[in-house]
Amino acid sequence: MFKKLKPYLVLATSFLFLFVLSGCSEYAIFDPKGPNAATLKDLIMYSIYFMIFIMIVVYALFAFVIVKYRDRKNFNEKDHEPDIHGSTKLEIIWTVIPIVIIIALSIPTVKVLYDLEKPPKETAHKEPIVIHATSADWKWIFSYPGEDIETVNYVNVPEDHPVLFKITSADSMSSFWVPQIGGQEYGMPGMVNDLYLQADEPGEYEGMNSNFTGQGMTHQQFNFVALEEDDYQKWVKETQEKAPQLTEETYEKLLLPDTVEEMTFSNTHLDIVDHGVDSGEYAMKVREKYGVEIKPHGGEDSHDSEESTEAVEDNHEEEASTTTESSEHHNH
Amino acid sequence: MFDFIKDNLILNDPMLLGANISILLSVIGIVFILTYFKKWKWLWTEWLTSVDHKKIGIMYIIAAVIMLFRGGVDALLMRAQLTVPNNEFLTSQHYNEIFTTHGTIMIIFMAMPFVIGLMNVVVPLQIGARDVAFPYLNALSFWSFFFGAILFNISFVFGGSPDAGWTNYAPLAIEGSPGPGINYYLLGLQISGIGTLLTGINFIVTIIKMRAPGMTLMRMPMFTWTALITNFIIVFAFPVLTVTLALMTFDRLFGTHFFTLADGGMPMLWANLFWIWGHPEVYIVILPAFGIFSEIFATFARKTLFGYKSMVISIVTISFLSFLVWVHHFFTMGGTAAVNSVFSITTMAIAVPTGIKIFNWLLTLYKGRIEYTVPMLWSVGFIPTFLIGGVTGVMLGMAAADFQYHNSYFLVAHFHYTLICGTVFACFAGFVFWYPKMFGHKLNERLGKWTFWFFMIGFNVCFLPQFLLGFDGMPRRIYTYGPEDGWTGLNVVSTIGGIGMGIAFMILVYNVYYSFRYAKRETSGDAWGAGRTLEWATTTSVAPFYNFAVTPEVKGLDAFMIMKQEREAGKEEKPEYKPIHMPSNAGTPFVMSVFFFVAGFGLVFKLWWIAILGGIGVLACMALRSLRSHKEDEGYYVSVEEIINTEQKKEA
Repeated sequence: MFKKLKPYLVLATSFLFLFVLSGCSEYAIFDPKGPNAATLKDLIMYSIYFMIFIMIVVYALFAFVIVKYRDRKNFNEKDHEPDIHGSTKLEIIWTVIPIVIIIALSIPTVKVLYDLEKPPKETAHKEPIVIHATSADWKWIFSYPGEDIETVNYVNVPEDHPVLFKITSADSMSSFWVPQIGGQEYGMPGMVNDLYLQADEPGEYEGMNSNFTGQGMTHQQFNFVALEEDDYQKWVKETQEKAPQLTEETYEKLLLPDTVEEMTFSNTHLDIVDHGVDSGEYAMKVREKYGVEIKPHGGEDSHDSEESTEAVEDNHEEEASTTTESSEHHNH
Repeated sequence: MFDFIKDNLILNDPMLLGANISILLSVIGIVFILTYFKKWKWLWTEWLTSVDHKKIGIMYIIAAVIMLFRGGVDALLMRAQLTVPNNEFLTSQHYNEIFTTHGTIMIIFMAMPFVIGLMNVVVPLQIGARDVAFPYLNALSFWSFFFGAILFNISFVFGGSPDAGWTNYAPLAIEGSPGPGINYYLLGLQISGIGTLLTGINFIVTIIKMRAPGMTLMRMPMFTWTALITNFIIVFAFPVLTVTLALMTFDRLFGTHFFTLADGGMPMLWANLFWIWGHPEVYIVILPAFGIFSEIFATFARKTLFGYKSMVISIVTISFLSFLVWVHHFFTMGGTAAVNSVFSITTMAIAVPTGIKIFNWLLTLYKGRIEYTVPMLWSVGFIPTFLIGGVTGVMLGMAAADFQYHNSYFLVAHFHYTLICGTVFACFAGFVFWYPKMFGHKLNERLGKWTFWFFMIGFNVCFLPQFLLGFDGMPRRIYTYGPEDGWTGLNVVSTIGGIGMGIAFMILVYNVYYSFRYAKRETSGDAWGAGRTLEWATTTSVAPFYNFAVTPEVKGLDAFMIMKQEREAGKEEKPEYKPIHMPSNAGTPFVMSVFFFVAGFGLVFKLWWIAILGGIGVLACMALRSLRSHKEDEGYYVSVEEIINTEQKKEA
């Protein structure tokens, strides 16, 4: 039996080592580039040590019983006690130990939960930059109300400076996640979720929507760019001066379900609509205006909807040539 | 009408065209075989109208295995798509439909029917009953599940599959998903959900009221205990699902605004309601699995289950906690630190009773004499692998850490580790273990071991890398990724593992065929020679339709073990037969479920006249049943001669 189990045990242990020793630093969440992600990494590592301890104990016991008490030719009858019913002492022990472990895990968890609601300690003296992160099918729109600029599918932030993301959505429920910078938070229409993030090193980090929002969800990614303070200020200035204005029409087309390339504007959509207050009606009206099918349809009335979809496709092509690149480009 | 069919039949995709043709061919094949061998009448009287719990259980299991095949093919298609970066094997839409149906089918139409099937076969036998409390209702449960499943399944060839994920979150499922797909989801689940709810009520009454004399609650076999608790969870959780599905059905069909974006709907409400049902649902499929493992450990370690009392307390605690943790499915949905802390702690608390169970199982093996039969292999293999699922569950339960795991492959790996190692291993274990009880012969042990090793290794190779993918920030439900993401290697490994599990399934199917042809027929009820509970106490391998000629008397835990010891000591008395009362077969559950299907189909496509027709049919069946006089429905008596004949025929 042990022979048969051996390849499996070898596999399991080698994966375990892969998991803990070699692998960790290579993986995004174990390679944090900001204090929030670093806090989470520490918490995760802390839990992993407990889990490895538990696994070693159980695996050792497990290996012992399944090998020692297997039925075999020279099985020692003395080893067999068919009538053991239980042991109050033992059962109390393995009730208490998990309780202790869970308390040990709960305390830092709760602490981190409260910590993450505030800006990082190291830079608490700096006034956080406020950026509204709005998801729309299937793109990310970032508005800097203080700077009066807006970007699409990328966000520039200064390093070592707390940034307060106000996350919301124009339509579907999305989840805002930059694994190397911090944990994720959902964006929902009519709601604003606050998320403090901060980057410690200049660089580009992959940000995404991790919550399923339909066809284009896979490509609903953005570039999280941390710049040096000076470069950031320069970029803000340049954008304010040179970037085009966001018109209502352009914005409406942004809200249609499609993927787009990176864009920059020298004003924000917050003057047009605040999705943190709007429950999604705005986006639905826009879709209706441009003939995007939004009402669920059954077979019989699918004829009209086919026509309307075609109409939208035409619309999209025109729009692609003006404000946006078509989604093809994004698909690599 | 012709246009309607033409518009909805999906023929433009070569894969689906292939599926269409193979479905058509198998239907023609089945009709031909039934006609050629003149089996229509047999099918109707022996199976379609049967109210025998054992036959209903077998039908549940057959349906579940077919669904396992369907869900497994979906899984392999997904793995194929994700193996290499920028793969164009499936389109985004097609991929979305596939993972949605994979999840829904595996949970609702595979895992749950499989455990309910085993419950049906085993529980009445384990408590020494002749059938369940409401045999007619039991048939209705099965058929409404079956036709609900069929309604859901035809979506992929007719009209398009649902594409909003098995969680079907609003507003995506309402405003973001035109076409009939989501309607299929809503009505398929609704119809089969009715069946599940009825099962819940039926089995609670059965276990509470129909235990053999002497079987106190604390003498019940562990599987029966888990079945009882599971059915309590069903009765508390499923009404929530029923209402939730109905509300979204109204949103989609009649323009209400419960979960919509526009006009003040609350999409979040769907997430809450869904998980208030959905989290207990996880325990609906995992608790019976724990029961199955408990039976098998005790049987093949040849020992009494260790810590019976704490096992019972654990399952009751787990079932209670299962209703208090639903928010952990959306820790990142903007809950305050206080809310997240509370749900974080309740979530982690589930690890305590689960840990108790793991240690009790280990101590059951301790000082045992372990025989590694195939069911035992599945059970033994469950412990180390399920532990991985358990510890990662605790990691996910730490709300702050969940900010990094949520919606990632870490989560995907975690729930496959719990659901496959828990439920699927248990289904395979229970299937092999009780196979002689269902079919009168064992499955081939050698082929069974091949299945186990292919599956076990394939499973770990498939899902361990996914933890790492999660650490690397790969979100779930994406249909492709770029080479620059660096996820290729691990995805390739994962796909290889998936293929391993596919091979294991094929060996299992071959094993069923092979054993049917060649396996030795069992002559006694105690096929493994080590049975401890009453299901092994029947005179024949497959229990006669009335189960026990004489109701057994229970003198302690492991009732059959005690009977065997008494028999050895020569204390057995000669049985005294009395006429047995049995329920009559009924055709209405089948017919009524067909009408459910018709009504559901009409609603999916908003073809009101079909829906109304189906609804009238359902009501007519109910009326028919209600109006039948007591006399017509009182069943029949099996005469003493017939009992003696049956019992002696088997003994000879």
